Amino acid sequence: MKRFVLRRLGYALVSLTLLSITIFVFVRLTGDPALLLVEPGASKADVDAVRERFGLDQPLVVQYGKFMNGLLRGDFGQSFYYRTPVLELYLSRLPNSLLLATVAMSFSLLIGIPTGILAAVRVNSWWDRAGRIFALLGLSLPSFWIGLVLILFFSVYLGWLPSSGSGTALHVLMPAFALGWYFAASHMRLTRSSMLDVLGAEYVKLARLKGLPESRVIAKHALKNALIPVLTLAGINLIIMINVAVVVETVFAWPGIGRLLYEGIAFRDFPIVQATVLLGGSMIVFVNLLVDVLYGMIDPRIRYER
Amino acid sequence: MREPLLELRGLSTHYESARGTRVTRAVDDVSLSLERGKTLGIVGESGSGKSTLALSIMRLLPTAARIVGGQIRFEGEDLLAKSPREMREIRGKRIAMILQDPMASLNPLFTVGDQVSESLRVHEGASRKTAWTRARGLLEAVRISAPAARMTEFPHQMSGGMRQRIVGAIAVACEPRLLIADEPTTSLDLTIQAQYLSLLRELQREHDLAMIFITHNLGIVAKMCDAVAVMYAGRVVEAGPIRQIFNKPAHPYTRALLDSVPRLTDDSHARLPAIDGQPPDPSAPPAGCAFHPRCPQALERCREQAPPSLTVAVAQTARCWLHVP
Amino acid sequence: MNASTAVVLAEAPRRTARRLSSWPLIPLAILVAMLLIAIGADVLAPHNPEVGSLGMRFKPPVWQAGGSATYLLGTDHLGRDVLSRLLFGARVSLVVGFTAVIVAGILGVVLGITAGYMGGWVDEVIMRLTDTWLALPALTFAIFLAAVLGPSELNIIIVLSAIYWTRYARVIRGEVLSLKEREFVRLAVIAGCSRLTIMRRHILPNVLNSAIVLATLMLGVVVVTEAALSFLGVGVPPPKPAWGLMLADGKRGLMAGYWWLTVLPGLCIMFLVLAANLLGDWLRVKLDPQLRQL
Repeated sequence: MKRFVLRRLGYALVSLTLLSITIFVFVRLTGDPALLLVEPGASKADVDAVRERFGLDQPLVVQYGKFMNGLLRGDFGQSFYYRTPVLELYLSRLPNSLLLATVAMSFSLLIGIPTGILAAVRVNSWWDRAGRIFALLGLSLPSFWIGLVLILFFSVYLGWLPSSGSGTALHVLMPAFALGWYFAASHMRLTRSSMLDVLGAEYVKLARLKGLPESRVIAKHALKNALIPVLTLAGINLIIMINVAVVVETVFAWPGIGRLLYEGIAFRDFPIVQATVLLGGSMIVFVNLLVDVLYGMIDPRIRYER
Repeated sequence: MREPLLELRGLSTHYESARGTRVTRAVDDVSLSLERGKTLGIVGESGSGKSTLALSIMRLLPTAARIVGGQIRFEGEDLLAKSPREMREIRGKRIAMILQDPMASLNPLFTVGDQVSESLRVHEGASRKTAWTRARGLLEAVRISAPAARMTEFPHQMSGGMRQRIVGAIAVACEPRLLIADEPTTSLDLTIQAQYLSLLRELQREHDLAMIFITHNLGIVAKMCDAVAVMYAGRVVEAGPIRQIFNKPAHPYTRALLDSVPRLTDDSHARLPAIDGQPPDPSAPPAGCAFHPRCPQALERCREQAPPSLTVAVAQTARCWLHVP
Repeated sequence: MNASTAVVLAEAPRRTARRLSSWPLIPLAILVAMLLIAIGADVLAPHNPEVGSLGMRFKPPVWQAGGSATYLLGTDHLGRDVLSRLLFGARVSLVVGFTAVIVAGILGVVLGITAGYMGGWVDEVIMRLTDTWLALPALTFAIFLAAVLGPSELNIIIVLSAIYWTRYARVIRGEVLSLKEREFVRLAVIAGCSRLTIMRRHILPNVLNSAIVLATLMLGVVVVTEAALSFLGVGVPPPKPAWGLMLADGKRGLMAGYWWLTVLPGLCIMFLVLAANLLGDWLRVKLDPQLRQL
């Protein structure tokens, strides 16, 4: 087990390094990175100062060194607009995004898993077909559009729910639903196919041959095996949710990191944009690592794999 | 005369295609009987209906299949009249079955101990502790080394031979009267096969277990079985005591099967006799006797009428027009 | 398999309805219709999509009170005809979508074949890169790239291609790994063909099926991402009529109840994506029902 964890840790570190290199390269790819790293409306003197500070005239390797040095010390740059270190900004907004994502994930699992199980256990029945249509719709509708339509309906026409901001439970309902919808469909599909696979497995056949009651066959033997890929996906999806919530947060003016990113673009506040990608990517790498380790704990086969 | 442990009379199981257009007679008018403690071998090519027959007895057929006729009597009870709940109580407890692939038969996420003790907990209401102890005893009985350690291990940590023994332990846990083994040695190494077969025989003797041994390997049949039923295209084309069938096969198919087994004494330059042609498509069998297109002794009558089961010798029957008295 | 692979594999379902995917005609019809609209937008659109008359702002569709037949689906905040913008928007979405999907596909297939066939450190390097990029949330990364490159149709295509090639690479590499063991490849190696030749003549044609299925499925994802980028303002720049942009404009009128500016562009996106997904599912079943990796 220990070797497994260490190996996964190694992979994670390599990924993080590649991530930083990617961001670094792309910023410098565009000709004059100074223009990005400087405030909008700066004078030539400011531009030169920035060039000096980031060592943009020096060889790439040196620049990268400075870059990584900064990152490892927690210096992700300073926001032009807010005049505070971006890391601080990011961390202050993160809990909001986490909250939104958690509610959205609960939504998606509460809707997705039971529908998936039902569709699998009653394959090719009405339940199954309805479920598949629901899944198709979920995967085809952009989340922000759902958000907009929800606002139209529940805020403008019915006046029941607030259309923006945060603070009360009512505020989180629509954005969470809009965000979770896509993932509910994806979880439902995966649960269904995973369950179908498992139900056809030999060990389920043997469980039935042993004379176990059907409820036990499904609940004990089938479910645990079937849920492995679903929960793995859910874990990763949580962090993905946080990152793709940009548009939903923008639509609902929800004060999370997605909205922060939007502000970064709208105000041409590049440090925010760069930091969000770096931090967002790092979060995903960490979560992947965590999920892999958890996976290894639940499914004993994984530990012994290469 | 004592009633046989298991008796099948005219059992027929059909598969229906999704649109109801094609009907496959997987098991067609099969009659067999088996005494306590004896072993019956069921031999046939793939597609002959052997596995479907086994699943029919267990009444665990896939949704597309249905038992359309006949009788199954086990220990004097009519299995076809049982409710699903009653069948569940019979499965694993009075009739057990082992499948071909031991790796696939075991749930990868649960320990060996858990899986072996499960039947005990469900069928006999044993407590966790009791079931665990008895399970360990079972592992010992199937000759698994260091059984205590094995109990907490997972299936993928074991070799194929060990897994098949565990499957065997699960099967005999509740002391069933009948064990159906569907090709249990096909996926084992040759060297392990012999060991496993002798283990099965030992278990049989100790527990007065009747066995139905499904295989396509005549050698195993010769070693293990008291009687044999040869299946072709869903029908039993010949059945009887082992010695009789092997010495004097009545049906041309049986004869061809026996001939096609290479022997050490054969002329090494002679061609291996193989049966001409292919096994029939189960959903569209030939008219009359299903074997007639491949039969070297086919008569005119064989093409038109399917032969009934005729008695050709003491306790030996064959479906063949050649033996009309 | 690690966690990020699970994401890729999970995003495309493994079982589809036999009934649902035996209707390729409907999605195909939708896609062809959109294609025709995109090509013939100049002829079909009643008005100029980029210029509007300010006196005609926020007119509702013809069937609502206040609407007129001149502007069948109403006008937006600058008095521009919604119908014309939707028609021209199809062109933008399809051009960007198709191009990105194809470029990403070429990149992904080439890298996937190289990684799978060459093995060794080439494979490791490409796969680490792929995994890392796969792990990055597409939208965030796209926004970052778009911010760096600046908004333009071409840049968006570059951005989308740069992000989505990874989806192809992983799947194709997996297929190549199993193809490598097949007889005809081994024979080619024995016959002394160079690795490049083998990759080109033997491996490539065999992975094309998967690539096509993947491309169709990716179309939906790409279109939605482009819409999201345009909505946020880093996609196709105004005054070009992209559906995503229309949604952003539509937000202004939302609280006032001008529903057609939001609902209609969204429906267009939905139909396009739906059609692409259905077609992709059908193709997957048709071209190779054994495609386990999808």
